[in-house]
Amino acid sequence: MDRTQLLIGVAVALFSFGLVGVIVRRHVLVMLMCMELMLNGVNLSLVTFAQQTSTTAGAVLVFLIFVVATVEIALAIPIVLLLARTKRTLDLGAYSDLKG
Amino acid sequence: MIETLLGHVDTLLLLACAGGALAGGALMLVLRQPMRVAMALIATMLFLAGIYGLLGMHFIAAFQVLIYVGAVMLFMVYVIMLLEVRESDGARYSRLLLPGAAGLLVLLFALAASVWRPLPSPKGEIGDIGYGIAAFSADFLGPYWLLFELTSVLLVAAVVAALAAIRVGRQAAEGRKHG
Repeated sequence: MDRTQLLIGVAVALFSFGLVGVIVRRHVLVMLMCMELMLNGVNLSLVTFAQQTSTTAGAVLVFLIFVVATVEIALAIPIVLLLARTKRTLDLGAYSDLKG
Repeated sequence: MIETLLGHVDTLLLLACAGGALAGGALMLVLRQPMRVAMALIATMLFLAGIYGLLGMHFIAAFQVLIYVGAVMLFMVYVIMLLEVRESDGARYSRLLLPGAAGLLVLLFALAASVWRPLPSPKGEIGDIGYGIAAFSADFLGPYWLLFELTSVLLVAAVVAALAAIRVGRQAAEGRKHG
């Protein structure tokens, strides 16, 4: 196994951990953090491929993902605060009426 | 012996950072309290910054620490403290725990099998290819200028949306007070 395979393996594992965390955890903030973990896995794979191919597109995309992650948190946190104020809990089961 | 170790110190550091990042990610799935989950995520991000630094992407490592750890996770930790989130009495996992764990195993095996196949050989050894902030800035002002501008539009839209969400919360609170 060379370095590229090792790093892509780590990226895949981080993305998978994040995906499973979003699916199985019940706490809203923990789910948000698991989404961040998924984005970090994607970033690692982009940086690895950018290094492997000696291109700059991967690094540019990583910068854009930084911005998207920041925007996601800036929007998600006020929504979580509103939900917590309304329902008095951060457990996902209390938000089942959002299904419509 | 020591010279051999020093010759492979970057590989050892890369392995240590990769192991630390994986351990942090795994801890996020099993820890109960959100503050501890946040600390595990911060540790994972710092280990990833170490990997970026070892790969020669120093400016991405700096962005990782400044933006992710310094801004995003600080915000998250602040919210956890603000809401005084403590260990909940309810279940830690949803009903999807078993299907989720099974899906994780299948996903890991499928992706590991695809990663294990030989990849095209890199144009240089990973970590030896330098890519500095000058080339990055030139790219952003050249071929990727539209993406850069769209990023600023996205940030403005996020600020407006966050302000709107806060306003909705204030109006709801005032409605409860008067009604």
